[in-house]
Amino acid sequence: MNPLFTIGQELPRLIKPPITKTQLVMYSGASGDFNPIHTVDEFAIEAGLGGVIAHGMLTMAFVGQMIKDTVKPYQGRILQFGVRFQEMVRPGDVVTCSGKVTKIEEQGTEYYVECDIEAHTQNGARVVAGSATFMVPQQ
Amino acid sequence: MSSLQDMVGVSSQPVKNEVEKGAIRKFAEAIGDDDPVYRDEEAAKKAGFPAIPVPPTFSRTFDYGEIPGLEMPKAGLIHGEQRFTYHKPIYAGDVVFCSRKLLKVRESSGRLGSMTFYMFEAEVRNSAGELLLVENSTVIRTGGAK
Repeated sequence: MNPLFTIGQELPRLIKPPITKTQLVMYSGASGDFNPIHTVDEFAIEAGLGGVIAHGMLTMAFVGQMIKDTVKPYQGRILQFGVRFQEMVRPGDVVTCSGKVTKIEEQGTEYYVECDIEAHTQNGARVVAGSATFMVPQQ
Repeated sequence: MSSLQDMVGVSSQPVKNEVEKGAIRKFAEAIGDDDPVYRDEEAAKKAGFPAIPVPPTFSRTFDYGEIPGLEMPKAGLIHGEQRFTYHKPIYAGDVVFCSRKLLKVRESSGRLGSMTFYMFEAEVRNSAGELLLVENSTVIRTGGAK
């Protein structure tokens, strides 16, 4: 059995600083997603959102960071990573990313690790949920 | 809506994208990841990468081209699901070719009015034609909401 990961084990959590409106502008620029619901309050209010909301892909990027941080020390590689977007995330929200190992398969000198992943905000709302698979070589 | 079903399988022309170091750094800054591998070649090499790698969701920033004939509203779309399948790693300095197609369309009507689910599949390939990455996304269009 791979001693690095065990079934049921939690991945190291990633707690992000509160999301800021500036960050949403930065992510719009960096990603090319200029939908004004993420940057212009008046537009977002008009659209019935009550104010700007974070890009779903920004939250997914946070989860991606957690998985990358998990595999990087072992020179592992992410193989697949998917989420469903469940709730809106807003400026001021603190997003925490977490994951749990559900399956480990040994193939030659490599371990294939499957996990459930999710992100939630400070008030407990689960904002994204999904799964990921990564490979880590035997150490 | 038969015209929308006719769009299934129609692909955009692959678009050439250059994977820029500066774009990777800006993306890492925007998502608040201060990992030096996204900023410094030496740090990337020390971590075992041949060059500066891209963050896991960075491929969303590529231009995948327009699917000819597919018209999507500019507003009111909901991103429902997103999945990345990684075949080969992508690094700063790579030149990649990106395209997308509509994989499936499903319409439903329920309590919240009518909804259309668009399932897209996008591909990133290198200049040798090798598949580097596949993106699957579901976009939901709500119409006639009560």
